[in-house]
Amino acid sequence: MENWILILGMLAITFATRYSLFAFPDLRFPPLVRQGLHYVPTAVLTAIVVPGMLLPDGKTWALSPDNAYLLAGLITIAIAAVTRHLLATIGGGMLAFFLLRLWLGQMPI
Amino acid sequence: MSRQHELFQGLRDMLPMLLGAMPFGIIYGSLAGAAGLTPWQTLGMSVLVFAGSAQFIAISLLGGGATLAVVWLTTLVVNLRHALYSATLQPFVRHLPKRWRVPLAFWLTDEAFAVVQHRYAETDASPHKHWYFLGAGLAMYGNWLACTLIGLVFGQAVPNIGEWGLDFAMLATFIGIVVPMLRNRPQVAAALVAAGVAVACHDLPYKLGLMAAAFAGIVVGVVLERRYRLLQDEVF
Repeated sequence: MENWILILGMLAITFATRYSLFAFPDLRFPPLVRQGLHYVPTAVLTAIVVPGMLLPDGKTWALSPDNAYLLAGLITIAIAAVTRHLLATIGGGMLAFFLLRLWLGQMPI
Repeated sequence: MSRQHELFQGLRDMLPMLLGAMPFGIIYGSLAGAAGLTPWQTLGMSVLVFAGSAQFIAISLLGGGATLAVVWLTTLVVNLRHALYSATLQPFVRHLPKRWRVPLAFWLTDEAFAVVQHRYAETDASPHKHWYFLGAGLAMYGNWLACTLIGLVFGQAVPNIGEWGLDFAMLATFIGIVVPMLRNRPQVAAALVAAGVAVACHDLPYKLGLMAAAFAGIVVGVVLERRYRLLQDEVF
């Protein structure tokens, strides 16, 4: 039962953040805010990606050549910069990651 | 473009994103049981919450014995970024009735946001771009539910599925979205500052570092854009 309360609470919180500004159709943003919104995807997603590469477990630094998250992340960035193709980036990045993990003996098989 | 065409185009443009979300959905479906969720609750969370990173963090916290309040607070902080997405798309959906705005908001994920924002930025005057939004949202939702189910049913058959590093798929997806956006100095600076602040603040509680980093990046982007424009004005 408590888990369902947890889930319903998460639903309310998540929906509230997503609906927040859709709830006010008459609201117009000042130019400064509109300008700032141009940087939202870059700032938010980079703030998720870079710690994910440097601290894969969220706690400890992993600046070492056996950190597949870091190496494959750099390869993925290179693929994205060269191809600018989303499918090639995601597919190529994942392939690079799993090959690296195999090569480094980090796959649990 | 017609409604059906927009809907279908939205579905189609989401396909690469679906590949990136699949491993994440499967790993969530596989690991939720160990955190104490029943199969119905595992699926229920995907149906009702539909937020990959928040769901993943929730089961990690639950597994560690966190209280409801901690999980909710973390969900709020992690998902605050969606308020920024909501603000970004608001000018494009404000003409729609509530029966459209409510479901579109429910389906507003990182991936749908990236694809839909791109569509709205195109200059054609199609009056049915919200159908594109709907297609993108439905594609992501269907994929997420299917992958949760796959993880739930088959996850136990794969030994140590939590150790495979399937979470890297999300990083690859976000890299694929961000890198093509880094086309001018303010955008590059916003990314570098957000990265630096996120890393420096990684041990703040409740994932507060994410929002601190996002705001720092946005402010730097705006400041540089203004300065860059001023310089241009002086030259011409």
